[in-house]
Amino acid sequence: MNLFVMLLCLFLILCAISVALTKDILTSIIIYMSFSLIMCVIWILLESPDLAITEAAVGAGITTLLFFATFKKIHLIDEEEERASHED
Amino acid sequence: MIQLFINYYETVAVIIFSIGFTTMLLNRNLIKKIIGFNFMDCAIYLFLACKGYVEGRKAPIIIDGVQSMEAYINPVPSGLVLTGIVVSVSVTAFLLALTIRLYYRYHTLDIEEIIVLSKKEED
Amino acid sequence: MKIREDYEQVGWRKLIHWVNADLQEDYISKDHVIHDQLHLKENAAQEKNKRIDELKSSLQALAKTHGKQWYEKSYRIFSIFVAVAMIIVLLGVVSQLPSFGDPSNPANNEVSERYIESGLQETGAVNIVAGMILDYRAFDTLGESHVLFIAAVSVLILLRMDYGSDGKLRKTKGIRDEGYDRMYEPRNDLILQTVTRLLFPMIVLFGIYVILNGHISAGGGFSGGAIVGAALILYNNAFGFNKTKRFFTYNTFKWVSFASLITYALLKTYSFYTGANHLHSGIPLGEPGAILSSGLILPLNICVGCVVACTMYTFFTMFRKGGM
Repeated sequence: MNLFVMLLCLFLILCAISVALTKDILTSIIIYMSFSLIMCVIWILLESPDLAITEAAVGAGITTLLFFATFKKIHLIDEEEERASHED
Repeated sequence: MIQLFINYYETVAVIIFSIGFTTMLLNRNLIKKIIGFNFMDCAIYLFLACKGYVEGRKAPIIIDGVQSMEAYINPVPSGLVLTGIVVSVSVTAFLLALTIRLYYRYHTLDIEEIIVLSKKEED
Repeated sequence: MKIREDYEQVGWRKLIHWVNADLQEDYISKDHVIHDQLHLKENAAQEKNKRIDELKSSLQALAKTHGKQWYEKSYRIFSIFVAVAMIIVLLGVVSQLPSFGDPSNPANNEVSERYIESGLQETGAVNIVAGMILDYRAFDTLGESHVLFIAAVSVLILLRMDYGSDGKLRKTKGIRDEGYDRMYEPRNDLILQTVTRLLFPMIVLFGIYVILNGHISAGGGFSGGAIVGAALILYNNAFGFNKTKRFFTYNTFKWVSFASLITYALLKTYSFYTGANHLHSGIPLGEPGAILSSGLILPLNICVGCVVACTMYTFFTMFRKGGM
């Protein structure tokens, strides 16, 4: 267990804890993204390049994008409701 | 006890799994719950992949026609996890779609509020 | 009335009720139902906001009561207790596991030995993982592609906005002007558009490379498809729905997914049929390491890649706008 692996593992645990503790949803989504990137490096260290490519494309890319899209959609719903209530 | 430090990847996987589980239990925000669910997924994949790793062996892509068991790591967990990652993203998308529908109806992401509101609607 | 009561007593009728989970009788006259619906529609819009406000205020009142606070506190303590107990149990399990990276680990048994030692001769794939998931366990991957397709369809059902023949939004539940396009179109961001013009062909090319080289090097249908889907999402973000509508619509999604899944199923049916009847399949395995080798793995990879790319792009458009 060298220093690099130790740092990566510590970072994983820190990411998980900080997602549980942050109040802001946007921050937690970005922390999840960095968690996925670190997982991608760990797949390389575990000699599974297939998993690394898939995790980089799916975990750090698509899943995070979906979270962001949901977040934006929810804000749009709020804005729309406000506009509708002003028009009435 | 010393085995925990030898199996360091497994230890980390177990800790992340527990943190994700606790996030799902204690956080009332639906998006945070889904992120916790994803952490649990990742932890299980990490655990599976480390069971197949063997020290000093290479990734299972055949080089120079070497085909002995001693040259490559175990390919079975890699295949399992590859399947799992793609399924987890579709499950995440489905959960997020359900979250958006709930937000349309109740205008909140808090699960406790949603439960109370839906119960009052039934009455 | 008598006939109806008799009808209600029939076992078949009860079964239908149970399957449909509706305990209401469906014998109410139709006029009544239509009247009810009209009445509901008129009042629903006005009542909804009022009702939500009322419910929220009652919710706040409830949160201050003693029972609710007690429940929350005990729930928190109980769940922390459960989490700590789980950590202790799981760490105990890990401390009894065989060592990490040990060659004599029971996971490295005869199954992986077989895959490694005769995988190249039997499947022709240099990448053993690709040979395993697309040849030995190809049926599993077919099921997984269907999982993706079903997830895309259920997201479509949950989030799609209906448009009438006049182009107006038919369902105005919850949100107004959902189809108001200007909100979702980018505001001509020059930097994003220039970067996309440069990057989009390269990302798509890299995705196709990853798909086509799935049996030779790391990668394959899943990762390559996700990369192509991400490229489509980038294009959509830069140029908006009006540009992507030209080449990607519901019909594209429907036909590409359908064609890929049916091709996959037919190819695997052929190889299962010949394998089960001890026939020679007639598909050449080719020279290991060449791009046209390893039998069915290359077409199967392309099918999986198409399904994954379409699914990822559909997820994004559904979340973004509720339409394509």
